[in-house]
Amino acid sequence: MEKLTKDTGSALIEEALAAYPEEARADRKQHLYMNDPETDTVSGCVTANRKSLPGVMTVRGCAYAGSKGVVWGPVKDMVHISHGPVGCGQYSWGTRRNYSTGETGLDNFVALQVTSDFQERDIVFGGDKKLEQLIREAVQMFPLAKGISIQSECPVGLIGDDIESVAKRMAVEIGKPIVPVRCEGFRGVSQSLGHHIANDTVRDHVLGTAEPAEVTPYDVSILGDYNIGGDAWASRVILEEMGLRVVSQWSGYGTLAELARGHRAKLNLLHCYRSMNYISRYMEEKFGIPWMEYNFFGPTKIAESIRKIAANFDATIQENAEKIIARHRPRMQAGIERFRPRLEGKKVMLYVGGLRPRHVIGAYEDLGMEVVGLGYEFGHNDDYDRTSKEASGATLVYDDATAFELEMFVDRIRPDLVGSGVKEKYTFQKMGVPFRQMHSWDYSGPYHGYDGFEVFARDMDMAVNAPVYKSLTPPWKGRV
Amino acid sequence: MRQCAIYGKGGIGKSTTTQNLVAAMAEQGQKVMIIGCDPKADSTRLMLHSKAQRTVMELASKAGSVEDLELDDVLQIGYGGVRCVEAGGPEPGVGCAGRGVITAINFLEEEGAYTPDLDFVFYDVLGDVVCGGFAMPIRENKAQEIYIVVSGEMMAMYAANNIAKGILKYASSGGVRLGGLICNSRNTDREADLINALAEGLGTQMIHFVPRDNVVQRAELRRMSVIEYDPKAGQADEYRELARKIANNTKKVIPTPLTMDELEDLLMKYGIMEEADESIVGKTAAEEAVASN
Repeated sequence: MEKLTKDTGSALIEEALAAYPEEARADRKQHLYMNDPETDTVSGCVTANRKSLPGVMTVRGCAYAGSKGVVWGPVKDMVHISHGPVGCGQYSWGTRRNYSTGETGLDNFVALQVTSDFQERDIVFGGDKKLEQLIREAVQMFPLAKGISIQSECPVGLIGDDIESVAKRMAVEIGKPIVPVRCEGFRGVSQSLGHHIANDTVRDHVLGTAEPAEVTPYDVSILGDYNIGGDAWASRVILEEMGLRVVSQWSGYGTLAELARGHRAKLNLLHCYRSMNYISRYMEEKFGIPWMEYNFFGPTKIAESIRKIAANFDATIQENAEKIIARHRPRMQAGIERFRPRLEGKKVMLYVGGLRPRHVIGAYEDLGMEVVGLGYEFGHNDDYDRTSKEASGATLVYDDATAFELEMFVDRIRPDLVGSGVKEKYTFQKMGVPFRQMHSWDYSGPYHGYDGFEVFARDMDMAVNAPVYKSLTPPWKGRV
Repeated sequence: MRQCAIYGKGGIGKSTTTQNLVAAMAEQGQKVMIIGCDPKADSTRLMLHSKAQRTVMELASKAGSVEDLELDDVLQIGYGGVRCVEAGGPEPGVGCAGRGVITAINFLEEEGAYTPDLDFVFYDVLGDVVCGGFAMPIRENKAQEIYIVVSGEMMAMYAANNIAKGILKYASSGGVRLGGLICNSRNTDREADLINALAEGLGTQMIHFVPRDNVVQRAELRRMSVIEYDPKAGQADEYRELARKIANNTKKVIPTPLTMDELEDLLMKYGIMEEADESIVGKTAAEEAVASN
């Protein structure tokens, strides 16, 4: 397709919808939208956070994925128990790339898979006794673990196990916090509810249970950064260079102690709004801590965000902010000069989770690339509200896209790059379209911060200009 | 082999009736197996003279998993050669008893408990069909005939009608049929007429009216069926009659459950329930006092 406009994009949507039976068509129609700021006065709106259609392929996860995989899993000094049959823990094991330091099994448990491995008898007689035994064994094996979280899988909720009372009783016995999380996979429409449930359990069981040894006016927390490929580290150095003190990281490279003392920060910096706005709002209401969203993808957004953050502090911090921006400018410029000519005008389609579809737009634009399609797996309406401000050109918007829609849209639009997850990767590579995994950074990273942008630019170039695609004669060659 | 499931309101006397019926069948030369599908595990005690048989789930839990069990571990032979199994399950308030029933029945099938020489298999199922697990005996071509134990009490009849609804659901997708109502008498007024009328409403029959007799309790205290404890008792003949009627039963129907209104009309007709006075609904005692002044 030569150029995506309101008209051509809308025609694409119609074409996709035509494939569905009537009821499905009515449903999917509300999730697809052609956003074109040149012709629109009202920004795009889609229906979001609704149940996926039965019968389509959706790439969404479940509440357990949202709690164990996203929010709780990266807290490095806790043992996270996948409570239920073995599969949920096993197949989500090590899939998030949230980096952390320490000795695995000694003071760091992120890389472990700990499960109660429910058997038939645990279903029939209940799993509470087994959970108690597991907790005892876990503290014996891992004496340096600071606490335990219990991540409920579906059967726990179905049979009504009382994990709260086990947690309460066993916390006294082992003398460490135990957090019961009711993140049974059947709850909600996607992993998004799991984030919310996990936020609520931090609020109810951890936050405010300890006081920091000292507080300063420059204490900030990083929220919603899961340290994928070291993202949070690349962000933290910038904040520290500004003269701020990062007192807690939620939850990439985070610790239980940091979450417990998070209520004394002066400002909460929220990267992934979708997964941690809940606890941010709570801390604002309960402890009066303001929170602000920021974006550390690409030098333009980084500079904007640094200034926005600095504006909350005194002149020294603001001066530092300018110094950092100035110091990194040549380096960023060099990167852009190197990669932009190779990427200028290239079209990108994104389909990621709850933040990146809008947050990475600026970074692509720094490289001269254009995001022509985007969608969230589990975004809510407020995510789409935020997105329309970021999308500058004509953009096809697809919420909870089906496999059919994604394939069709990519096939018609023929972007130069698709950024999505591992489930999509090989489909598009086989279609001859360069691909990057934008959940896990495709075994690369970090992509956040100044350090991250260099990696990001290199990776995008590596994908888009990979010589392998020039060696293919794709089946659509010659097609209009 | 005919597989029959006995359902009915909790406390109506399902286990007692089933065991006396099975004892009578055994006496008549039938080869029978009883499978208790209730975590209380009291479906075989009158056959085995025991308090409660070791259950499939209890033994599986001790052994590690149900795969570690052998049929001999869970199958006991009681009065008249009746084979006895209890599915078992958790104590009240934990776990999933329904899953226990499913697991136990699957185990019995895989281990070959259903041998071709059996004439009858009886499932004695917990109070009401509370979840899919307790419907297991009437799913997947297991029990094809259901008997509902009922009495002339209002709640027992409500329960019977509800169970008929459950049977209807599975009857339309499989071969399960309602064989009849067994009236376990509580000596209420016009009880036989009432149950006959209910049976007619459900499209079935009252297959037998079992009168109330204290010999049943005396036998039960000795953990025996009446057939074994006092074969000459009149009550023993009642169970023998019930056994014969079930063995010869040809009337197996897809039930036609009553609507709430139909059921209440029936109860009112027989004086079990009074005509509802809509004017008193939602009125407190204080409000009524004001109104009557």
